[in-house]
Amino acid sequence: MSTPARTSRRSGIRGGEAASGWLFTAPMIILLGMFLVIPVLMALWVSFSDWNGRGSPFSGSVSFVGLDNYSALVGGGGLAEQDFGTALRNNAWYVLLVVPIQTMLSLFLAVLVNRQILRGRGFFRTAFYFPSVTSSVAITVLWLFLFSATGAVKKLLAFVGVNGPNWFNDPSGVLHNILGVFGVQTGPAALTDNSFLGISFWEWLAGPSVAMSAFILMAVFTTSGTFMLLFIAALQNLSGDVVEAAMMDGANGWQRFWRVTLPQLRPTLFTVLTLGLIGAWQVFDQIYTGTQGGPGKTTLTPAYLSYQTAFTNQAWGQGAAIAFILFVIIVVFTLFQRWLLAERKVSVRRMRPYLQTPTSGGSR
Amino acid sequence: MQRRNSRWLIGAGLTVAGALTLSACGSGSGFGGDTAATGGELTSDSSQGLNILIGSSGDAETASVNAAVAAWSEESGTDAKVSVASDLNQQLAQGFAAQKPADVFYLSTDALAGYASNGSLLAYGDELANKDDFYPSLVSSFTYDGEFYCAPKDFSTLQLIINTDLWAQAGLTDADIPTTWDELAAVSKTLTTPERVGLAIGGEYARLGAFMAEAGGSLMNEDSTEATANSAENVAGLEYAQTLLNDGVMSYASEIGAGWGGEAFGKQLSAMTIEGNWITGAMKNDFPDVKYTVAELPEGPEGKGTMQFTNCWGIAADSPNQAAALELVEQLTSKDAQLTFSEEFGPMPSIQSAAEEWKISNPTLVAFLNGADYAKGVPNVQGAADVVSDLNAQLESLKTGDATAILDSTQQNLEALLK
Repeated sequence: MSTPARTSRRSGIRGGEAASGWLFTAPMIILLGMFLVIPVLMALWVSFSDWNGRGSPFSGSVSFVGLDNYSALVGGGGLAEQDFGTALRNNAWYVLLVVPIQTMLSLFLAVLVNRQILRGRGFFRTAFYFPSVTSSVAITVLWLFLFSATGAVKKLLAFVGVNGPNWFNDPSGVLHNILGVFGVQTGPAALTDNSFLGISFWEWLAGPSVAMSAFILMAVFTTSGTFMLLFIAALQNLSGDVVEAAMMDGANGWQRFWRVTLPQLRPTLFTVLTLGLIGAWQVFDQIYTGTQGGPGKTTLTPAYLSYQTAFTNQAWGQGAAIAFILFVIIVVFTLFQRWLLAERKVSVRRMRPYLQTPTSGGSR
Repeated sequence: MQRRNSRWLIGAGLTVAGALTLSACGSGSGFGGDTAATGGELTSDSSQGLNILIGSSGDAETASVNAAVAAWSEESGTDAKVSVASDLNQQLAQGFAAQKPADVFYLSTDALAGYASNGSLLAYGDELANKDDFYPSLVSSFTYDGEFYCAPKDFSTLQLIINTDLWAQAGLTDADIPTTWDELAAVSKTLTTPERVGLAIGGEYARLGAFMAEAGGSLMNEDSTEATANSAENVAGLEYAQTLLNDGVMSYASEIGAGWGGEAFGKQLSAMTIEGNWITGAMKNDFPDVKYTVAELPEGPEGKGTMQFTNCWGIAADSPNQAAALELVEQLTSKDAQLTFSEEFGPMPSIQSAAEEWKISNPTLVAFLNGADYAKGVPNVQGAADVVSDLNAQLESLKTGDATAILDSTQQNLEALLK
């Protein structure tokens, strides 16, 4: 390293820069440290301790218990493991459905309201964005009314001749129900006899419960507006000449969208998917105000379970452990998705249609 | 590279130091608070006023508790302030963690074991002047590890609520009020019409448990030392409920679009329900036109049975003025105070000496208080709340489920708690 060069640079006219830099960032560093980093570290310690909720977690009576809290959740064989497995199952289905649907819908809406020829674009943008600025608690209450056993959704379905489910009181899994239509009531022994995290593979494959499906619809309804806004911003940043060039090359609207517009939206797509993924794994408000995990624990999520374990059952270490497992899950998913969306060199196979080879007789 | 490493070290060092400082702030007096609770002598720092934290059912309850506490405060000269919690469990937990808890607070049977085992609670039961006046079954609900922790505040039992108009319409008379399981099934059938179901209840252990009690069973033995969840009696109780459900004469409230049994009953979606005495408030406020009567639940194969629910007045081990807190609780559980509470917001007094007067002033609700003689409480071992919520989840599909399998899994979960 070139230490002399560095010191000489510092002693010059820019000498005070580092100090002022620290000074300017200090308020934020202190705030973030006080209210984010330190509490997170304290929670990390709690997840490895036997703290029982009384007094400070750093007092002498609290001891280090290693991975006890974690092992009770992932291999304890008891109710804690079973609840954690159920919560993960529920949330995994929620993520699997919410993230793709909300991304596709928000992109679709963004493309729609971004068109120059659409009349009343302002109105539609506001209308689509409106659910996002409403409090999630208010929307949950609205949803509870809409999807109640005598609610509007059920009546609407009845009007078109469908006997709708009793949404928030129906614990049956959607996939199980679909299989049930084809006469499959119980799974093969290979699935029912083996289990992971305390619940059988057949239960893992139950799909979201009908109650959870109502929450999935709600998440899509509330968040697609926000993400639509991100997509609109990205769409407006795209320069028109690339699209024009594609037009000149004879690409139709469908091809222009998939081959020209969408690849340019990659950074926004990454943002939307990441935010969506994090939000969907952390779902809490809706559960807390809506169903509290019922019916039949099918809307229990790790975030809510963590709260319940700590505050209601006084198992603080276990509650913190759930939170950190959730953290790891989110990080892993984000990294995976980052890898998936990374810019790569175009493969030879995909390149081939664009290459002019002498034997094919030249370009058309 | 060196420089970068040392920066990281400084950063980490600062963070740890900060964490320690924060935690030191949080613990306040630190470790000193414990000594008083274990020493046997109550703390009595009279310079400190009392904070009372309640989970109120509504304005009537808040006003009533406020008035009672204010009266005591004036008489004793100790300051006392009542706060209403929006989330009682969470606020209590925060107080205990900071070692600055409310001095006196509502405490449910579910939460007792957790707080008692971590030393947050003062076990003051044996020092109460009116200790022997409480119903023994309530005392055992608040006894943990052999110690009577806190004074039962009041209690409720489940009984059968009947819509008198619908009853008469169906051609039934007072003589038809069911006293056996067969009679209950018969009248439920008579009362079931295309518009409404005969009997609607909440689909949870806290209601279905009454059938288990009538069959002579309960989830755990009296002092919560042994799990008895999968006994033949409990299976019989659940199977009876299952029959009613499958015959279409009983429904869960949620299935017919109501949040709880009282709502189904008030909206006349059902002609009968099984609820506790809190239903009287709901009927008065929300459904004043529905006329009803309260009857004791029918006898099962093992005689009468029902469930009881109760809360107590907890006192914090970290309270600086436990002596005054104890005096306040004695005052709040006295006969006069409890009869006033009962008049103003409806709970039943937890002491036997108030029973006669209560029955005279509430002649239509006598059945609820009669239930005290044979009611069973909910298990109070640590973690029981989780097991019950797991049981509730399974009971939601009791109609198509297997009662024995459901109770077997509950038995297994309860046994795990006792290890």
